[in-house]
Amino acid sequence: MKYVNEYRDGALARDISAAIAAEVQPDRSYAFMEFCGGHTHAISRYGIEDLLPANLRMIHGPGCPVCVLPVGRIDDAIALARRQGVILCSFADLMRVPASHNGSLLKAKAEGADIRMIYSPLDAVRIAESEPNREVVFFAIGFETTTPPTAVALKTAVAKGLGNFTVFCNHVLTPVAMRAILDAAPEPGMPPIAIEGFVGPAHVSTIIGMEPYRSFAEIDRKPVVIAGFEPLDVMQAILMLVRQVNEQRSEVENQYIRAVTSAGNRKAQALCEEVFEVRDDFEWRGLGVLAASALKLREEFAAFDAERRFAVATVQADDNPACECGAILRGQKKPVECKLFGTVCTPETPMGACMVSSEGACAAHWTFGRFREHQARQQVKPPRRLQSAS
Amino acid sequence: MSVDGPTKAYRRKLDIRRGRVDMSHGAGGRAMVDLITGIFRAAFDNEWLNQGNDQANFPTPNSARMVMATDGYVVSPLFFPGGDIGSLAVHGTINDVAMSGARPLYLSASFIIEEGFPLSDLKRIADSMGRAAAEAGVPIVTGDTKVVERGKADGVFIATTAVGAVPDGIMLSGDRAVPGDVVICSGSLGDHGVAIMSLRANLEFETSIQSDSAPLHGLVADVLAAAGQQLRLLRDPTRGGLAATLNELAQQSGVGFRIDEDAIPVKPEVAAACELLGLDPLFVANEGKLIAVVAPEGAAALLAAMRAHRLGREAAIIGTVVEDDQRFVQMTTSFGGGRIVDWLSGEQLPRIC
Repeated sequence: MKYVNEYRDGALARDISAAIAAEVQPDRSYAFMEFCGGHTHAISRYGIEDLLPANLRMIHGPGCPVCVLPVGRIDDAIALARRQGVILCSFADLMRVPASHNGSLLKAKAEGADIRMIYSPLDAVRIAESEPNREVVFFAIGFETTTPPTAVALKTAVAKGLGNFTVFCNHVLTPVAMRAILDAAPEPGMPPIAIEGFVGPAHVSTIIGMEPYRSFAEIDRKPVVIAGFEPLDVMQAILMLVRQVNEQRSEVENQYIRAVTSAGNRKAQALCEEVFEVRDDFEWRGLGVLAASALKLREEFAAFDAERRFAVATVQADDNPACECGAILRGQKKPVECKLFGTVCTPETPMGACMVSSEGACAAHWTFGRFREHQARQQVKPPRRLQSAS
Repeated sequence: MSVDGPTKAYRRKLDIRRGRVDMSHGAGGRAMVDLITGIFRAAFDNEWLNQGNDQANFPTPNSARMVMATDGYVVSPLFFPGGDIGSLAVHGTINDVAMSGARPLYLSASFIIEEGFPLSDLKRIADSMGRAAAEAGVPIVTGDTKVVERGKADGVFIATTAVGAVPDGIMLSGDRAVPGDVVICSGSLGDHGVAIMSLRANLEFETSIQSDSAPLHGLVADVLAAAGQQLRLLRDPTRGGLAATLNELAQQSGVGFRIDEDAIPVKPEVAAACELLGLDPLFVANEGKLIAVVAPEGAAALLAAMRAHRLGREAAIIGTVVEDDQRFVQMTTSFGGGRIVDWLSGEQLPRIC
């Protein structure tokens, strides 16, 4: 695969790994947060932790749009899907997310709700066109990356005069969540959060550019290195963060220069500005209610707003009280420190946000990394490379 | 009055070109006989089926241990690059029998057809099944046809059962892997699943990838001849892919696996399609590949035998069996790190960002 394999090169990875090991100061520790689930996935999928020195820890952030969607909004989506005549169009990742009363979209579908799994918001527009007698609701979720495609779908529906298409908008804003993590008061008896820098979002930054992270670097003195989602991108960004910390710099740097510009995608920004406005507040699973952290449709598009057409009134629903997702998302605890992890909470039966999607911190650790504790217990050697078979 | 036999009443011929299956084709009357004769018996033609009884009466090798496997086929779409539901229903069940080391002998086929299904498609499927069975040398000796109302099935569902005879002295089973054994994969992974996915509604991508659907008993016979008693077990990584197969075997044998991502054969176009869809080739279905676990001293001969066979040219050693009370399948990634290759959670669904 051209333009992909280059960023997964094992030999280059070993070089960067050696450089990180050489540059970290042995008498101190380092803790960085990768905000995005895409980075969490890359770290787990490629075993990057094995290539980092023992005194460098990666904290897995809340940047997984499926994970942070609160239970109440899933309940709303299920209620919409159950309405007579409604077709709910959803990304497949959302189907298994647990809702109240042990429900999920997958179970609602099995009970007869018409829920269609789509790959693109425009698929929902096509369904609305081909089923004019049904109400088609697009369950829109995601950070700034998926917001412009929702705007395009909406404007397409407007242009086609589709009176049966609406958007159930749950788009959220990355910098607000990063701010919330930095500003969170430590829990009683817990040390303050140790995050010393961020591996900054990849795809989100292609849209919003570098400026929105400036305050983290300049005011909070936390370096941010925007990085692509390939494993070498992540490794290089970690090296850049180590260098900033060692040199006592805190800047917004861009490792992902092949896709991210300083200003971002102005056309997409303008489109989103036209269609959406900021909500007063929005609940994030694991982080609580955050002011000005999400988007809703502007008044001009009220006719296409599912919340208005179907009078959606979200009821807040609580996670299991033993769930440590909040502390894990803020970097205060590791997945294995949660009592539910791997017992009642697994990817098959997720209880909390971090176990819901493969990009969540707990699911990634369970699926790819849980052998590490096992290895530490057994003191077995890490996997040995096989002789080439050919 | 004729002495030659009963008078033949005029019967409308089955209109295979434009006709459709209706409820009468499953009602037990003349229409059903016409359907069976015109489509299935014509396609499957063999002496056991032609006995015309409700059961097939066939000889088996004396005192051989018999194996039997059954499988249902509900693939959508029915026709895909490299095969169709008919050839798949023959290959898949033959392979389940063959993984025991057995020589597959006979097949049965049961059809559940949706009212309104085009007779031309049914004939195409039956002909493909007949061809696949003939090429494999495993006749379809008995069958059944049911028709259900429109909306109660999706075109056609097929269930096939195969029986086979195990050669003397062969005992392959999923609980026989022991630490130190070598894991060999017969060829590139993920072809079937990606070929099917490329045709699913609203995915819209073009690819030259063909399903790997193929009967594996010939390859199995060669493998048995080469590795004999050193072969512990065979399994075909169908639904859930290599990941599910190795996790199943780890549970059954009470061992762990260590595999090397770099050694696992995956075609570049399959890797690219998986990348696009957010899939992992290790979890994608195969219909013409097998995983062999063999004692280390038999590995070289087995690998050579596989590579000498048309269906095993890309065979490779992909890992080893290790002691592990947790029964993990661990992989060294091509990037150089380690990870678990776990069971799939739910369906393999693409990520959205």
